[in-house]
Amino acid sequence: MIYLLFGYFAVVSILSGVAVIAARHPVHSGLSLLSLLLHVAGLFVLLNAEFLFAVQIIVYAGAILVLYLFVLMLLNLKTEEQYLHARWPYFVFAGAGILGELLVLLWQTPYGGAKGAVTTDAVVRTGPSHAVGLTMFSDYLLLFEIVGVFLLGAIIGAIVLAKTPSNAAPSAQGRVGRFT
Amino acid sequence: MIPLSAYVALSAVLFMTGLAGVLIRRNFIIVLMSVEIMLNAANINLVAFSQHLDSMAGQMAALFVIAIAAGEAAVGLAIIIVVFRGNIATNVDQINLLKW
Repeated sequence: MIYLLFGYFAVVSILSGVAVIAARHPVHSGLSLLSLLLHVAGLFVLLNAEFLFAVQIIVYAGAILVLYLFVLMLLNLKTEEQYLHARWPYFVFAGAGILGELLVLLWQTPYGGAKGAVTTDAVVRTGPSHAVGLTMFSDYLLLFEIVGVFLLGAIIGAIVLAKTPSNAAPSAQGRVGRFT
Repeated sequence: MIPLSAYVALSAVLFMTGLAGVLIRRNFIIVLMSVEIMLNAANINLVAFSQHLDSMAGQMAALFVIAIAAGEAAVGLAIIIVVFRGNIATNVDQINLLKW
């Protein structure tokens, strides 16, 4: 059963990933990305990371993806004739070559390593959120604070960038001439 | 029990999909979406090793990656809005000057 679920999540997430980069219309790409995020969340459940499953659904599919779709529909992008880069087959062949080498190397790796203390039994006994919270607010407290400051900086940066300048029209006209 | 190599191979395939998307697409927003695919591939890798090694460190790293992805999406989309509103360009390969 678990093999069946893993196969389903893996195959659908890869197909959605390919659909994101192959779809002609940007909104179709966004919906494929939603499917990819949901199936990756299913993989997190198979890996006993229920807290990350919830975070993936709420933050990724709920907040980040809505931001993408909002901007897509705000900008009203039109589907272009040439939606791929002019020399895209070279990039695809190079990527396939790198991927083949990566897969060969990954199958040969023995995957050893020292085991930690947080076994599956311990997580099941106390609950996944408890285990994540204990680690986050003891060993990773400084990183947690740094991420908070980073998010504040990102909010300020986004507001400053997207603020409408008072003399938008003349400067925009000037830029068009210089760029094209 | 699913072997660890299966998760790592899936992560490699997804990562290369995202990398190909960054390289071959011309639309700004699709390029950012491909970056999200790559971040998700890295997250699968981190969580799989976290379970394999009975440690919480991988899940912590994946949580922080999700937080950084939120910030990246906000700032990246703000830049895209500026570029589109000024009619500077409509595709990635039309922006080839940093400063003039």
